Amino acid sequence: MKDEIVKKHKEPFVRIAKRTDISPRRAWIVRIVAILLALFVGGVIISSLGHNPFSVYGELLKGSLASPTARRETIKTFVPLLGAAIAIAPAFKMKFWNIGAEGQILAGAIGASYFALFHSDIPHVPLLIIMFIAAAVCGAIVGVIPALFKARWETNETLFTLMLNYIILGIVKYLMNGPWKDPTSGFPKIAMFEASAKLPKVLGVHIGWIIVLVFAVLMFFYMTRSKQGYEIAVVGESEKTAKYAGMNVSKIIIRTMIISGAIAGIVGFFSVAGANYTLNENTAGGVGFTAITVAWLAKLNPFVMIGISFGLSILTKGSNTIQTAFKIPKSVAEIITGMILLFILGCEFFINYRLVFRSRKGE
Amino acid sequence: MGNIIMNLIVAAVLAGTPLLFGTLGEILTEKSGNLNLGVEGMMFMGSIAGLAGAMKYEAVAANPSGSVAVLVAIICAFGCGVLGALIYSIITVTLRANQNVTGLALTIFGTGFANFFGEVLGNNAGGYAAVGDVVKAGFSNVNIPVLSSIPVIGRLVFSYNSLVYVGIITAIIIAVLLNKTRIGLNLRAVGENPSTADAAGINVTKYKYLATCIGGGICGIGGMYVSMVTCSGIWVHNCVSGKGWIAVALVIFAIWRPKRALLGGLIFGLLSIMRLYIPLKIPMQIYDIFPYIATIIVLIAISLRRKRENQPPASLGLAYFREER
Repeated sequence: MKDEIVKKHKEPFVRIAKRTDISPRRAWIVRIVAILLALFVGGVIISSLGHNPFSVYGELLKGSLASPTARRETIKTFVPLLGAAIAIAPAFKMKFWNIGAEGQILAGAIGASYFALFHSDIPHVPLLIIMFIAAAVCGAIVGVIPALFKARWETNETLFTLMLNYIILGIVKYLMNGPWKDPTSGFPKIAMFEASAKLPKVLGVHIGWIIVLVFAVLMFFYMTRSKQGYEIAVVGESEKTAKYAGMNVSKIIIRTMIISGAIAGIVGFFSVAGANYTLNENTAGGVGFTAITVAWLAKLNPFVMIGISFGLSILTKGSNTIQTAFKIPKSVAEIITGMILLFILGCEFFINYRLVFRSRKGE
Repeated sequence: MGNIIMNLIVAAVLAGTPLLFGTLGEILTEKSGNLNLGVEGMMFMGSIAGLAGAMKYEAVAANPSGSVAVLVAIICAFGCGVLGALIYSIITVTLRANQNVTGLALTIFGTGFANFFGEVLGNNAGGYAAVGDVVKAGFSNVNIPVLSSIPVIGRLVFSYNSLVYVGIITAIIIAVLLNKTRIGLNLRAVGENPSTADAAGINVTKYKYLATCIGGGICGIGGMYVSMVTCSGIWVHNCVSGKGWIAVALVIFAIWRPKRALLGGLIFGLLSIMRLYIPLKIPMQIYDIFPYIATIIVLIAISLRRKRENQPPASLGLAYFREER
């Protein structure tokens, strides 16, 4: 009798235990396995279309890294991605879900384009500095609006920042069709910038790549070594704790979003003055969303972001090549990006918890 | 004048239905305490699955009929939406990941998924993916004998495509389910306070999974509406384009009530088609951003008036760890 009761209440087959002892190295191994799994599932999709996944992935790497032109294009994709990820990082650290980088980038691009289009008579370097500042200010304004409402009335920032994306995009389309339309063109587009509004090149790519790398270093020290960075971390962990500690939470939210928006705006400046030399509806081109992936995969560490945005740039640039070489739609890059993120999110569980299986001895 | 208003309302209902599906799916999801920001992604997945299902049926069936095609499209879109929501549930409920980021990842994935397979379908069909006239007719407006020919009312109430009625019925079913049944009571308990629900013997994990997956399926049907009705059965790159996000905002507008979702869908449908009917002498591109501005106004208005009964489910967005209560 007694045996039966004991048997009925035996240990569950598997239980979950928290673990804190995992070494950083093993944690990264788990993450790399997750990325490989995502690439494997991507390979399954590719082979379901009748292609050899190895040759497709090989072509993808070749198309993004093999020639100097390809490498330059990859770096051009890399700059806005890393920049936007750096912009998002402090906001996400604060658990302020800024998914409006897209709109902030476009706002910065509008600000920079205004001076490029209507004040191109200003000498080269001063004009670029003015464009840089204008972009930062416009990005910061768009970034700070939802922060003000969040700080004052706790208005949902996820949707607010997202809706601003569509609004700014609408404004860009309006400018293209109306007031800023190139009068010499039959199409609704904005004129190309004059030479004075173009960013100089260093090693074949516009100077923005150096600036974003500097931003990465600065952001790392800002977030880990400064008082303001510490405040951001505390607000992110617990607003109540921050309040008890005497921090002005509203001020921190607003200040952080000004910084976040300004950096995103500067990314917009790089895109118009360094890559496209004009403003159009594809100036941001989804970078604001992909950057969320980058920031989260890097655990908000700017140095890790450099590697991850480079990896995703290879994927994005390479997907253009495989589109022409294999007729595989380039959206495959989005699928794989999404999957990498989903796998990484899932794998964190195995870093933070341990599965304990029922031992046979107990029976 | 009366005719214009009638046209306007009919067009608003037609444009608002995908928003209604998305909103209803997300209400059901959020009632379980899961904030799934992947509505856009699940709608995208539903949009391509519905189209692919209808095309496959058309190719296989000897004598395709419109209404069967609608049914096939609904099932495929629902299934694919469930798939998206299942991925979300596994990662957030079982693997306890951050709900916000998982939802965003699902949106990135779903958008890529739909555009990818949309293009693959198009390549296979030699140009673009589209359904034939017979199937398309299944998604066009119904003509109910007698009822549809009643003046005014016939046009306003009995003249839509079948999916509009499916949407309205879904809203009523969810309203009854949430407020009049034990299942609904349990579900709300899970969303409000999962540890109490757990203590009361409710299977929290099961409720979260089921509500999220069925909600995702309903979102998927909304996406299918976009590809089959709004785009008349032709695959358009990026066709959902933000409707899923408006649906997430409409959940707040509807203060988590299915019946108010009907009103929200209608109003936002109206905003999105207004420029075709009411010329205001403002540039078209500015007209197009009205729904987004309205969403922001709604968000602000709701955050200003904080009433106790208008609050989200108390545990919304938080993962439930049984060991940590």
